[in-house]
Amino acid sequence: MYAENEPKQALEEIKQMMHRGSRFVNLSGWSGVAAGVSALAAAWWATKKYTDYGVTMQDYETIAPVTRTEKLVQLDHELLLLALITFMVSLLFAWLFTILRSQKTGSSLPGYLIRKIVVHIAVPMLVGGLLIWRITDFGLYGLVIPVCLLFYGIALINAAKFTLSEVRYLGYAQIALGLLNLWAIGYGLYFWAMGFGVLHIVYGILMWAKYERNEKADA
Amino acid sequence: MKNPISGLNKVFDNRIRLGVMSVLIVNEEISFNDLKGMLEVTDGNLATHLVNLEENAFIKVHKGFIGRKTNTTYSITKQGERAFKDHVKALEGMIKGIK
Repeated sequence: MYAENEPKQALEEIKQMMHRGSRFVNLSGWSGVAAGVSALAAAWWATKKYTDYGVTMQDYETIAPVTRTEKLVQLDHELLLLALITFMVSLLFAWLFTILRSQKTGSSLPGYLIRKIVVHIAVPMLVGGLLIWRITDFGLYGLVIPVCLLFYGIALINAAKFTLSEVRYLGYAQIALGLLNLWAIGYGLYFWAMGFGVLHIVYGILMWAKYERNEKADA
Repeated sequence: MKNPISGLNKVFDNRIRLGVMSVLIVNEEISFNDLKGMLEVTDGNLATHLVNLEENAFIKVHKGFIGRKTNTTYSITKQGERAFKDHVKALEGMIKGIK
């Protein structure tokens, strides 16, 4: 009859179960740091590609509907591949650090919450992806990075209700950067490095300091 | 004055049953395996408590299939929601009474 002796403890346990039952809290801050580092590496790689192809960032991120030269189309494909690889590497690290953290603390990974998060991230990302496809068909390459940032921000805000609520602020910050970029066409790579790189690293470190630093290994 | 303990529900004396209700109140529907992982209990133990909750009409059982594997999910009933909220209110009342 612990409930009658310890109402406070019982309420505390109920609160904890409701929280753990509705939010995926195992996400590790290191996932954010890894995603940020990969994005920065990708941005650096992209600048090297620009140099290799002899184009400037402003040449590349055009919004004038001109026919792209064969050289630029080749660069498009290489940069698309680079972006896809960066995305996969980030996902892989996010998964790895989350599993490591769960093993350390001995907590289980709730499958239904992971499914909810995946769906809530995937829908805006797929819509954004299709929009980018059409945007590049029209030759508006300068809009690609702002749209990436905007839809990624929307995806984060959408998924935040099933994980740490701080993810929402990361989403707002990405949207703010995407909007600013709309008025600074041609400088997308800087916004990309800031949003996908620096913001992820800052977020990851803050979350690690808040939730993981004092976490004890499961005995 | 009304005795706050009278609002406590005997069904929720048990930690596991209380845990099931806490998880179900924030989820429309949840599978047996997800519940098991969340509460860190054995199959048999969880099954017994789920039957108890079902007999009290606090939860609803849905039997389905994913491919050939059975997939049993659970959801909270209106009655269960009310009972759980009354129980929480009674607990809160007791804390206020102590102060």
